[in-house]
Amino acid sequence: MLRPTNYLTKNYGLPDGHKLPAYEKEGGYEQARRALRMPREALVDDMKAANLRGRGGAGFAMGVKWSFMPWPPKPERPHYLVINADEGEPGTFKDRTLMEKNPHAIVEGCIIGCFGIGAHAAYIYVRDELHLSKERLWGAIEEAKAKGYLGAKPFGLDYPVEVYVHTGAGAYICGEETALLNSLEGKRGEPRLKPPFPAQVGAFGMPSTVNNLETIAAVPTVLAMGGDAFSKLSDLHNLRDGGCRLYGVSGHVKKPGVFEACVGVTLRDLIYELGGGVDGELLAVIPGGSSCPILRADELVNAPDPKSPIHPWHGKSVLDVPMGVDTFRALGTMLGTCCAIVLSDRVDPVLAFHNLMRFYRHESCGQCTPCREGSAWIFRILDRIVAGEGTLEELDQLHEIADNIMGNTICAFGEGTAMPALGFLRKFRPELEDFVRTGGKSSTRRLT
Amino acid sequence: MSQIALRPERERQVEQILSRYPNRQAALIPVLHVYQDEHGWISEEIMQVVAERLGVSSAHVKGVVTFYTLFNQHPVGKHQVWVCRTLSCALRGAESVLSHCEKRLGIHPGETTKDGKITLRTAECLAACGQGPMMQVDKTYHENLTLADVDRILDELQRS
Repeated sequence: MLRPTNYLTKNYGLPDGHKLPAYEKEGGYEQARRALRMPREALVDDMKAANLRGRGGAGFAMGVKWSFMPWPPKPERPHYLVINADEGEPGTFKDRTLMEKNPHAIVEGCIIGCFGIGAHAAYIYVRDELHLSKERLWGAIEEAKAKGYLGAKPFGLDYPVEVYVHTGAGAYICGEETALLNSLEGKRGEPRLKPPFPAQVGAFGMPSTVNNLETIAAVPTVLAMGGDAFSKLSDLHNLRDGGCRLYGVSGHVKKPGVFEACVGVTLRDLIYELGGGVDGELLAVIPGGSSCPILRADELVNAPDPKSPIHPWHGKSVLDVPMGVDTFRALGTMLGTCCAIVLSDRVDPVLAFHNLMRFYRHESCGQCTPCREGSAWIFRILDRIVAGEGTLEELDQLHEIADNIMGNTICAFGEGTAMPALGFLRKFRPELEDFVRTGGKSSTRRLT
Repeated sequence: MSQIALRPERERQVEQILSRYPNRQAALIPVLHVYQDEHGWISEEIMQVVAERLGVSSAHVKGVVTFYTLFNQHPVGKHQVWVCRTLSCALRGAESVLSHCEKRLGIHPGETTKDGKITLRTAECLAACGQGPMMQVDKTYHENLTLADVDRILDELQRS
């Protein structure tokens, strides 16, 4: 059900909404002030009760992640909080709005987060292209420092906290948490093998927590409401998928944008209510960033097993399932970043497939052979198909290549390439075959 | 070496950056950005200087410079124009923005205009999906572009 909220976005419309006075007028920094006086365990328990699932795409329970940190911290092994703002998943543009329009929620979240995991420094890793975001974050950090909320004695308490903005240099892979850590350390952004996990060996070899930017920005709200109350905002509270979050919608909708609402919004709500409806007829939607397999508009939920989280929607349209981490996994796709790309029936799905596979070919870091070669092979075959030179055998080869990437790489980028490829192959097989047979004459040959 | 020096405010920026991390190597990417802001690209000499400053090998610096797409390994134009062409922007007309730029400037992506003013590039997703089509000019985003907007922006760049 669509229930809009404005915990994170209430100052989005104000010209000075990103500045400290606007933030403090709404109770800003009161939660950080309170958190630093709480027992650490109570703080982490409140975060666990919030059922705040990571907003970066993997959907891991954020409170549980905090609790993985070794305790108590050893003085010779300082802890670090690292915030992932390397936003670059095609279709995803939500974190940027927070950095530009509500940076103090991020800084306050970092203060609370540092305390929660026993860190004294937080690094916010922002992709380099987002210059306004970096400027706004630094501005917020300076304002908070001037007020004594950050630094050697935040709120007069003996718990030093520093927050820094770090920048990348144009590599999508650095959104993968261990690649991000390497990049933060001044290395090539190649993912690391896990284990060890960041909670043991993270930034600079020390115990670290990596949280998505929206996740950390939601922390002050969680604390203000209480974890349980926050979780119950959600229709999926019983699936431990709590709170409110940002939803994005782009592509062929009348009002693309970023919206805040309780968890439980359906794709139909997102496209037709928040997004103002489709510009044309709906062909398909990529639910949460390009790595999430595509859903066709005419698909029905197939979940006869009463134990399935989506059984209540068995036989109904996929557009009517509440968007949650577990519900969308059960649908055979992913919730991802909750930013949907909408394709109208004017779009040739073969061209959309080709466009996305160019992205993955470009962004594979090259460390693992199946991903480096596989992403390039997929793109090359699609290039031939789009040029009208593909064969039906090559469609089967695409399946095989994608299958061989899955599970054979260090990080999830491999799956992030293979799953959407398999999604297009399964959902648009007739269109792909027609395209190949007619050399593209069957197609609209357009994306717009 | 002298032509690799930074102006004083950029020198201060480097010192500030170094103060943020527990070791010097971590400053590498931000420091390379400072040098690129000064010189427009990262030459072998700059890699050498930065390596010495941060106490890492120049091979390490080269590894980093060649990994990240934003570090220019060759001189580029005075202005960088990046046109995003990933799906959300493509659905809203990125290809026509790109081909319009190509026609107007008489160059293909990856090339620089003869007067050295503009380098045209294609970009993969710049996190502006709701405001496509878009392009980044140096450090500024231009969103919800029409071809008339593109003309106006390119005119300004060519006059600069």
